Order: sequence, then structure tokens, then C-alpha cells
Amino acid sequence: MGDLNSILAGFGGQGILFMGKVIATAGLLEGKEVSWLPSYGPEMRGGTANCSVCISSGDICSPLVTSPNVLIAMNLPSFTKFIDTVVPGGTVIVDSTLISKKVERNDVNVCYIPASALAEQSGLKGLANIILIGKLLELTGFCEYLSIKKTIEKVVPPKKQHLIQKNMEAIDIGYNYKG
Amino acid sequence: MEERILMKGNEALAEAAIQAGCIRFFGYPITPQTEVAAYMSKRLPKIGGTYLQAESEVAAVNMLQGAGAAGARAMTSSSSPGISLKTEGISYMAGADIPGLIINVQRGGPGLGGIQPSQADYWQATKAPGHGDLHIIVFAPSSVQEMVDLVENAFDLSDEYRIPAMILADGLLGQMMEPVTIKKSEGGKKLPEKKWAAKGHGHKRAHNIINSLYLKAADLERVINERFERYKELEVKHTRCERYMTDDADVVVVAYGATGRIAKAAVKAAREQGVKAGLFRPITLWPFPKQDLKDIAKSAKAFLTVEMSMGQMVDDVKLAIDCKRPVDFFGHTGGIVPTPQEVLDKILKLAGGER
Repeated sequence: MGDLNSILAGFGGQGILFMGKVIATAGLLEGKEVSWLPSYGPEMRGGTANCSVCISSGDICSPLVTSPNVLIAMNLPSFTKFIDTVVPGGTVIVDSTLISKKVERNDVNVCYIPASALAEQSGLKGLANIILIGKLLELTGFCEYLSIKKTIEKVVPPKKQHLIQKNMEAIDIGYNYKG
Repeated sequence: MEERILMKGNEALAEAAIQAGCIRFFGYPITPQTEVAAYMSKRLPKIGGTYLQAESEVAAVNMLQGAGAAGARAMTSSSSPGISLKTEGISYMAGADIPGLIINVQRGGPGLGGIQPSQADYWQATKAPGHGDLHIIVFAPSSVQEMVDLVENAFDLSDEYRIPAMILADGLLGQMMEPVTIKKSEGGKKLPEKKWAAKGHGHKRAHNIINSLYLKAADLERVINERFERYKELEVKHTRCERYMTDDADVVVVAYGATGRIAKAAVKAAREQGVKAGLFRPITLWPFPKQDLKDIAKSAKAFLTVEMSMGQMVDDVKLAIDCKRPVDFFGHTGGIVPTPQEVLDKILKLAGGER
């Protein structure tokens, strides 16, 4: 794909910021320019947590994404807040375990994936965010599949090396999910 | 070649300070700069440095003053309301010729204001960083990498001229992660000796006295005049700016810091539409790069200042170009970040002759 201008959004604690870090790091490992900007402040406590992530082959001028070409939503307030900002032709990925509402626009590509339920069923509780990255990868090809593997190895902290395999499983579940 | 890593602005800035030889840090938490202090608290004790969380911003800046007077390369950091508290200490440092680096990761003001990114402390940083006849050196990075690069530069200039320096960042730069390369100095950077510093010498030389109090008016005037000679030299030798497509530009956007990069996107978009726009980005806010701007005014038709404030830099732009061209303003304040589209719309209006 061309440049990625994404908004990732959900509740605090769902791993939204980590999801952004994984995506940005994948871009970094491919030698691209990347930026990651979190929402910060009181809205993170209990409300929506979101971050803007850009990957580009050129300079990134505005790290704050206001017109995303990718939206990943992990709760209803975030879905409602950002759905109208997605550019026509953009991609919207919805965790349908947590959001039952459907997209009313017909000018965007929508994917409903029950990421939280898939994580639970596969013994990967807490990795719904990584499943969503797998889906994003399959839909947009924002990086090479191999780069994601390298990324996971890089971003999982040394003390949690046993989680690398689980993260890769989560990527594959998302990547292979056919809804 | 050092590895390109993904790092948060606040943390990258802190690491860059350590690599520039600063192992004395005095801080106090405040959003959105707390990660600077948090990073220092993890790193400095491991490398024999001093991390001290003071009881207030006032205490922290006075610790900076003390460490600087003793010849240490030292830093404090805060965000807007905290910087207001530090202005007393900054003035004392300026009055006693004590170097040191102050970081301001700006948020919205006045008062407690908000916690989102802002550039509303431009006046404070460039006009009145404390009471009295004084200036401090002010750098305004527009990316995490530039912030890292400017830290060492700020320390070196501050030491060379014995003038406090400030990095004027904002919540956007502090909170975002970007790829960054930090030059590592093995075993710590070697710093030149400060013969003027007030530190123990075993009665082997005359006392060094560091003081900002001069009760005889003539004495105070003399030291201020001498200091202004140094300011003058800084204005001649050490202004910095980025010029992007300004050579043939009709409309030149003037923007610094995070707003500078947003304005660049607008300038690029304007060029794609055949509008001759350019960007002038001051990297030093004091000294302000007047001459470069004046040169551009020979060919440019109009200027547009873009800021995250109500337009605090506008007057400096007008003065730099002797008001020879119209200077318009676009901005947001209170923590709202302008979008490239908004800036583009304004450029197109100006290019079309509308004001």
C-alpha cells in the first residue's frame, strides 16, 4: 500500500498503544519513516484511548491523523467518534465482539472480525489487538509478513520472550480469518 | 552507524542530554513532560549521575543554578505552568552568567490551562524568560531527531557564552514516537574545564564569586553591557533556520516546532496545485533569524505565520522584514493542533489576493 495514516482506538487497557507500536516498528524495520502519537490525559482513564500511527516512504509532516485511511476500532465510543473521519476508500476494521453496530457509510471497506472472541477461544486472552494487526496486514499489506515476525521479536520485552509464539499465533489468526 | 530506534520525544531528549554529558538532572512532574524526569530517574543512578525530584519547580531551577555555578552540565525540565515558576531562577542564572539547559514541553495556558500541545509560551521564552535585561538562547525543534540533535548544541552554546539555554518543545513532540539516531559517546562526553566555576580548590587560587547582585548602579550597567555584547555575537553567529522552497515563493509560511512540519505539508500541497508557497522555519527563536527572513522578503509577496497560539511570533516576523510585506496569521490555541488542510486553505486564499 501507499502511506498508512491510521487511527487505532478503544478503551485503556486493550493494548491500543502497543498495537500502534507494533505497526510503527514494522515500518521502521522496513526503513520507512514512521510516527506514533498517543492521546494522553484524563480521557485515557476509562474513556477512549487512541493513537495515530503513520508509515510513509517520505517525511511525515503531521503525526496527528485527522483523516485516516485506516481505522481500527475496539469499542463503541471510539467507533462513533472516528467513523466519519475515515477518507473515502479507506479501511475500517471493527472488533465485532465488542461493537455490534454496523458501518452506515458505503464508501469505505469494512471488515468485522470478532477479535476478542477469537483471542478468548484460542487461549490468547488479551491479544485481540494483535489479531487485529494480522487482519490489517492481510487487508492492506502495510508491511511484509516477515517484517511482522521480526517486529514481534523486537517489541516483546526480554522478560516476556515466551509470548513471542503467542503473538505470532494471534497475527496468523487475524491474517487467516475469513468473515 | 548508530541504530535507528523508535523513541518517545521526551525520552529521546533525556537520552540525548546524557550523551551530551549532562548527568545532573533536577525535575518535578507535570504533563506532558513527565517522561523526561522518569527516564532520567531510571538512567542517571546507574551511571553515577544525580537525579533529583525536587519539592517544586522553583526548587528544581535553583538546584540547576547551584549545579551550574559549580561547573556541572545540568538540566531541568517542565511544562508551561512549571516554567512560569522557574522564571525567577532563570533570571538569577542569566544575571550570574550561569549556563544550564531548561526544557519546556509546552501545553495550553494561561494558568493551569490544559495539557494538550501548545506554543503559547513564545513570548515568555523569547521576550521575558525572567525579570531584568536578559535573553536566553531558545531552540525550537520540529522532530524528535532534531530535538535530540539540538540538545548537545544547546548545552555547548550555553557553556560557551555562559547564558542559559532553553529547548522550547510542545506536547506533540514530547509524546510522539519517531525513529531516532542518538550519537553515543563512550565513557561520557569530555567537557572543557570551567575556570570560573565555584568549586573546591584547596586555597590554591583566588575565590571565584558567582553572584547576580550589584548594588552600585554603574557596576550593574557595566556587567549588563558586557553581557549584551555576548548577545550581539550570538545574534550574528548563531541564528538557525530551515528554508523550504522559499527562493521563488509568493506566499511564505513562517512556522516553528511541530507547527513547522504541519505547515510544510500545506506548502507541499500548495505546490502540487501550482501555487508558489514556501516555508521559513526558525530553529532558533532567540536569536531570531532576522536576516534570512529579510532576504526572503525581497522576493516574497506575503507572509503567513502559523502557530499554536493567538499569534505571538507575528510581530517578530514583521520586525524582521521591516513591515515591507503583509504578514497574516493562522493558528489554533488551547491545545488544538492545526491541520495541513486548514493551513493550505489559508495559503490558497492569500495566493488569490484575499486577506
